[in-house]
Amino acid sequence: MKAKGAFLPDIVAFCCAQSAYQSADAAGSMRITYPENIRVIRVPCAGRVDVLHILRAFEKGADGVLVLGCHEEACRHLSGNIRAKNRVQRVNTLLQEVGIDGKRVEMFTLAPNQGPRFARIANEVNERIKELGPSPVKSGA
Amino acid sequence: MAKAFKETLNSGKFVVTSEIGPPKGTNLEKLIHHIDLLKDKVDALNVTDNQSSVMRFPSLGTCLLIKERGGEPILQMTCRDRNRMALEADLLFAYTRGIKNVLCLTGDFITIGDHKEARAVFDLDSLQLLHMVRILESGQDLGGNELDGAVEFCAGATVTPEANPIEPQLIKFEKKVQAGAEFFQTQAIYDFDNFKKFMKYVRGLDKNIKILAGIVLLASAGMAKYMNENTPGVFVPQVLIDEMATAEKGKRVQKGIGIAGRLIRQIKEEAICDGVHIMAIGREEVVPDILAAGGL
Amino acid sequence: MIVAERKPLEDIREMIAGYKKILIVGCGTCVTICWAGGEKEVAVLSSQLRLASKKDRNELEILEATIERQCEKELVEALKDKVQQVEAVLSMGCGAGVQPIAEIFPDTPVYPALNTTFVGMPEGEGVWVETCRACGDCFLDKTGGICPIVRCAKGLLNGPCGGTNNGKCEVDPEKDCAWTLIYQRLERQGRLDVMRKYYPPRNFQAVIRPGKVEALPA
Repeated sequence: MKAKGAFLPDIVAFCCAQSAYQSADAAGSMRITYPENIRVIRVPCAGRVDVLHILRAFEKGADGVLVLGCHEEACRHLSGNIRAKNRVQRVNTLLQEVGIDGKRVEMFTLAPNQGPRFARIANEVNERIKELGPSPVKSGA
Repeated sequence: MAKAFKETLNSGKFVVTSEIGPPKGTNLEKLIHHIDLLKDKVDALNVTDNQSSVMRFPSLGTCLLIKERGGEPILQMTCRDRNRMALEADLLFAYTRGIKNVLCLTGDFITIGDHKEARAVFDLDSLQLLHMVRILESGQDLGGNELDGAVEFCAGATVTPEANPIEPQLIKFEKKVQAGAEFFQTQAIYDFDNFKKFMKYVRGLDKNIKILAGIVLLASAGMAKYMNENTPGVFVPQVLIDEMATAEKGKRVQKGIGIAGRLIRQIKEEAICDGVHIMAIGREEVVPDILAAGGL
Repeated sequence: MIVAERKPLEDIREMIAGYKKILIVGCGTCVTICWAGGEKEVAVLSSQLRLASKKDRNELEILEATIERQCEKELVEALKDKVQQVEAVLSMGCGAGVQPIAEIFPDTPVYPALNTTFVGMPEGEGVWVETCRACGDCFLDKTGGICPIVRCAKGLLNGPCGGTNNGKCEVDPEKDCAWTLIYQRLERQGRLDVMRKYYPPRNFQAVIRPGKVEALPA
């Protein structure tokens, strides 16, 4: 697919304070770069992210949304990460109904000390959303 | 003219009935051919009623044809398509045309047929239909109103001796006997272990009930396997499935006829029950061959 | 409780096509429990409709309101201020909720966002099943508490039929044969004599529709 010129996707990353947020921080300290257009939002647990938070992010012009939480079995709140996973799946369906590609929302799991992994995920997702192009809510169907 | 079925049932002879499926349309050529083919070879001919919830030329109309052509019809009535008033009205008509035998069925469900969005009636069930026949005979309809002109029927029902679990089926069977069912045609039988147990229980209940074992022609090993796995209350032993599999292409129906013939002979020789009801769905042509193979 | 599910999004969009300002009303009782039309579902549907409209370059402003019950005139009347601000109302209540809104605000088109399916209850998380047909002539005393009108596909009073298959219904092999269950329940209670009785044809006019019941308080 031809590069979309200077398209910098607006990506919102909900990061769990117990893992992902710390990894994002770590990436910063280690000077491992990740795209600036990824907005990190700290949440106490991935399970705090609601379907509505994700939908409204798209209403506000996001091109992609990430939910990052702890590895399975490692959630401090026992099953917050499982709930997050189910909600992301639900949101995929809700977005598909509206004609927005479900691939624009994805969940990943991390440990608190995985700076490089965080950066890798961020870069990969950034490329993926660039490929998908701007959200149809912004640029029209 | 054919002998009245009721008389045949009570005569002590080995009773043989078969069945005819009407066409989907008004081209009655084949239907008439099947009627003429079988009317003198069996004691009575069932006509199915929108069997498998597929809309067809009506049972009542076909029974009329059978009567006109000198055969003895058994009117199959299901409760799926008609409410109690329509069923009563049909019986009044049937009686006036000499159609005096009726098989009372609940009926297959709508969704297995070809009008999948239709409303299923089921105003009555098979047991209530049996009772209805007797109520009409007493000179009243189900609304409690007096009839101007009597009716009289030989009424029967179905039973599935291989049902699993068997107990609820037997409770239903007893209720049908109490309701006055005079004869029963069973679901397809391919094995006699359970059937013999069933017959013992029937004889203990009432010696006068006539049981006609259902004989369904197997047309292929695939069909045998399918029925075994999918048709409720039908058990086809592996040995028969294997036997069907040995038949070469083009000879499968022959194999099936052979098996049917053997089953009939065994029932007759061992006097397992009072007769047989032969079903060769879509293959009415070969019923005479089945009869021959069965020594009838 | 009443169980309902949301209509497909395209159907809802078709209903409200052309309107620029609507009110979506949720209901806090049955449809909240079955995840069809409560406050949360109203918020999600609003978001989806706004996203879809933005995508198609259409204007759509949505007001949201959830009342405790839509099947209560006084509670519906309280929506007056919001209804006056919009061109149309989309109700996420069951059929018994949509109609009072339409009745009390006859000048505003009111549309149903749900298909009301049955009277039932949860069988497990996220699964609701029909349990009562509201036939007006309860037969549960004769079947050990298992309703044959609902759970028997043919609604038999003298079951089972010939299609019973190892305890499952021939019509849908996922479904139990109600009469096998009834047999087992009555057998367990030593009450098979109840099943041995003959039950005459149902009174299908036990409730003359549309039904009406009058009662006095205790």
